[in-house]
Amino acid sequence: MKHETIAAAAPSRTAGVGVWRTNLRDYGLLASLLVIMAFFELLTSGVLLAPVNITNLILQNSYIVIMALGMLLIIVGGNIDLSVGSIVGFVGAIAATLMVDYKMPWVPVVGLSLLLGALIGAAQGWFVAYARIPSFIVTLGGMLIFRGLTGNILLGQFVGPFPKEFQSISSGFIPDFLSPYASAFGDLALFGQNFRWTSMLIGVSGAALLLFTSARRWRREKEHTIETEPFPLFVGKNAIFAILIVGFSYLLSSYRGLPNVLITMGALILLYMFVTTRMTIGRRIYALGGNRLAAQLSGIRTERLIWATFVNMGLLAGLAGLIVAARLNSATPSAGNSFELDVIAACFIGGASASGGVGKVMGVVIGAFVMGVMNNGMSILGIGIYWQYVVKGLVLLAAVYVDISQKNQG
Amino acid sequence: MTAILEMRGISKSFPGVKALRNVNLAVEAGEIHAICGENGAGKSTLMKILSGVYPHGSYEGEIVYQGAERRFSSISDSEHLGIIIIHQELALVPLLSIAENIFLGNEPAKLGVIDWDVAFSRTRELLARVGLKESPRALITNLGVGKQQLVEIAKALAKKVQLLILDEPTASLNETDSDALLNLLLEFKSHGITSILISHKLNELAKVADQITVLRDGSTVETINCRTEKIDEGRIIKSMVGREMYERYPPREPHVGEKLFEIRDWRVEHPLHAGREVIKGIDLHVNAGEVVGIAGLMGSGRTELAMSVFGRAYGRNVRGQALMQGREIDVSSIQKAVASGLAYVTEDRKTLGLILNDDIRSNVTLANLPAIAWNGVLDDHREATVANQYRSKLNIRSSSILQRTLTLSGGNQQKVVLSKWLFANPQVLILDEPTRGIDVGAKYEIYTIINDLAASGKGVIVISSEMPELLGICDRLYVMNEGRLVGEMPAHEASQEKIMASIMRYEGAAQ
Ligand SMILES: Nc1ncnc2c1ncn2[C@@H]1O[C@H](COP(=O)(O)OP(=O)(O)OP(=O)(O)O)[C@@H](O)[C@H]1O
Ligand SMILES: [Mg+2]
Repeated sequence: MKHETIAAAAPSRTAGVGVWRTNLRDYGLLASLLVIMAFFELLTSGVLLAPVNITNLILQNSYIVIMALGMLLIIVGGNIDLSVGSIVGFVGAIAATLMVDYKMPWVPVVGLSLLLGALIGAAQGWFVAYARIPSFIVTLGGMLIFRGLTGNILLGQFVGPFPKEFQSISSGFIPDFLSPYASAFGDLALFGQNFRWTSMLIGVSGAALLLFTSARRWRREKEHTIETEPFPLFVGKNAIFAILIVGFSYLLSSYRGLPNVLITMGALILLYMFVTTRMTIGRRIYALGGNRLAAQLSGIRTERLIWATFVNMGLLAGLAGLIVAARLNSATPSAGNSFELDVIAACFIGGASASGGVGKVMGVVIGAFVMGVMNNGMSILGIGIYWQYVVKGLVLLAAVYVDISQKNQG
Repeated sequence: MTAILEMRGISKSFPGVKALRNVNLAVEAGEIHAICGENGAGKSTLMKILSGVYPHGSYEGEIVYQGAERRFSSISDSEHLGIIIIHQELALVPLLSIAENIFLGNEPAKLGVIDWDVAFSRTRELLARVGLKESPRALITNLGVGKQQLVEIAKALAKKVQLLILDEPTASLNETDSDALLNLLLEFKSHGITSILISHKLNELAKVADQITVLRDGSTVETINCRTEKIDEGRIIKSMVGREMYERYPPREPHVGEKLFEIRDWRVEHPLHAGREVIKGIDLHVNAGEVVGIAGLMGSGRTELAMSVFGRAYGRNVRGQALMQGREIDVSSIQKAVASGLAYVTEDRKTLGLILNDDIRSNVTLANLPAIAWNGVLDDHREATVANQYRSKLNIRSSSILQRTLTLSGGNQQKVVLSKWLFANPQVLILDEPTRGIDVGAKYEIYTIINDLAASGKGVIVISSEMPELLGICDRLYVMNEGRLVGEMPAHEASQEKIMASIMRYEGAAQ
């Protein structure tokens, strides 16, 4: 480690202790996910990581992850949105009615549904940002209103089925272009007849992209003599990520390939990572949540920004509504029930702070998968739904407890 | 004389920073012991160790208090033995009354039922002792900082204080209030209460201290005994910074240009009480290359004026004209004010200036993100370069630009806020108490920056409660009182007496 004296008078630096500390939470979270996965893999004697189940796991969790991205921005901005589960149900019901009862083609329905989600977000956001009603109250109202409207539209019926193309939003897989050419590279029988080479290639490229961007970031930080992560740690962490991505792509490719939703989800994760860490709007949301008055006095339009986080949340909830409807191939009055709880829990397990200003996309994604793996693993084991609630509640509490007691130590 | 307190070989590290190295401090019973040193020297940290904020085990060394070694694991342990600390940032609950604050956590109660008669009568006694004429029922929000400080002291008295620690108590007080507070300490001394006083106002220390311990970079430099040695500010400064400092203000050769910024008939009403004018028709201007000061007593409306001009950040029903280079500008929102070239550096760095949870880097660039971004995408390379520039230019003591501003010393936080607005590159910079809580060396650096800004053709408006500072760095002075300008004079004709005279004349006329 470098010992540098910045100015003759500056306090001397002790070696990277601080960096270990600050990153401990990230590693801890990732490690817990791996431990939980290993745990269920053992208990289910290998079912958890079977290709079919992984595919299922992703299909079941994609919409939670997608909404958690929006919820992260809301929470970082110092608010909360309880209405997302109801918006999922409502948008699904409207989309289903348009497609089934009014025979509208699916493409404009997708557009209208996303617009509807955004409009709902805009309306709720207006009350929060401009009318200054606490978000808890506004979205509690929204939760009731949209759950009620869903019921009124569907009148207890399931509305479906949907056109094939619409269903493939959720249940489709990346088509395979490459397999015919794969044999040109020699005997690949090892991978099996139906190995999805396109999917594998996408997975490997994703891992490479990750390695490339983090290497770039690391070098940049080093250049500016900012305390970077110790090199072995940096390499280790990224290697684990890359191996995980490649490993999962391999498993998925040996089944039916990468699901379409996985691509949507992956693209959104990358987008939101970029927005939160590299864009001015992301930076401003963190500042707003950290200290609203100071942000305002720094020339940030805090009202508009809060409003924007709600519009964004509505849009993502609308998308989630479509994905859920496509997956179930019908709209149901109870679709999206209590999703808000999983989404919010994912954010807090992932390290977001209830008082705003803190939280990372990667943390939230891992948080969502912690919840997802537990849901899935416990279901495979045949643990009753009520015990599942108990376990999830305890895990949420434990995660936040560890988080906070770590912070208080510092 | 017997020692009431000895701290021996105290060392304390934070992640990335060694804040204290083998510090020794010996305080005699019944004295006023001053501690001084540059920003980030470790003064507050040392006091937090003494009062149990940082519990035993989180530091090295030992504390001997009243003849026995003490290992405090929390603040209540040290309070139990009569050690009371009043922190750099006041810790009163704004919406509770004086009495409620004084007895918070310490309520006179039977079976959990508070005996308000006792609380109120004891509060009255305590307020009399600290010389504060307010009702025990008055809410803290309605008191000025000076009075709040006295409430803190009354609160300490209620806890049967034996060793009173004051961390920069006078930083935000004007001279009259400061004097009152220092006299109070002298009076406590005559009753046998020991005090430890941290301050950057060295003239105060020279006035009241019996001994002065000087810290530099986390180590003890020396303890000066003021009973045996004749002390002046120069002597203390030399010990603090390690060299002689002959001038307190950098030399200034003004090149004053055309009229740059002007407000006409500026009127502002109180944000809560419609119709009550707080700013009552002010005309003022600053020329290019000029440093203009606004003097006045606490509560004269200077901060309110500045904030209302800066995008109506204060008040309601703001009326009046603002002109930049003769053309009327729209300052109806903070964004517009910033876009027209205004910047305002707040006096309240913690609540209005910093995102405490964020690092130095993102605080410095916050007000001018477009300058480090392309189409909304941040250039982290450029951002780090900018942050490092300001870190070294203003000598912000920190482990790196990634240190969270929450963990910076008070003075260094102030430098971060200043950096933020320097980077925003305004035409006219309004500085509200820019050197509050800043050490002598750093003050000189900030004055130099103000000079450089003026030399580059900008206009600078400085609000300060320290009149010598205004006299030392300004070209022209306004005097403000009760929401009106009551005087204007070129700095070379001004003096503290003249400033006070304009205020008095106005008050006389008003009566
Ligand atoms: N919680 C913390 N984490 C990391 N560093 C800290 C923390 N608290 C203080 N420091 C560092 O310790 C050093 C001493 O800080 P301290 O607040 O004691 O200074 P000070 O002498 O009181 O300065 P000032 O006159 O500006 O108030 C500073 O470099 C500061 O950045
Ligand atoms: Mg301090």
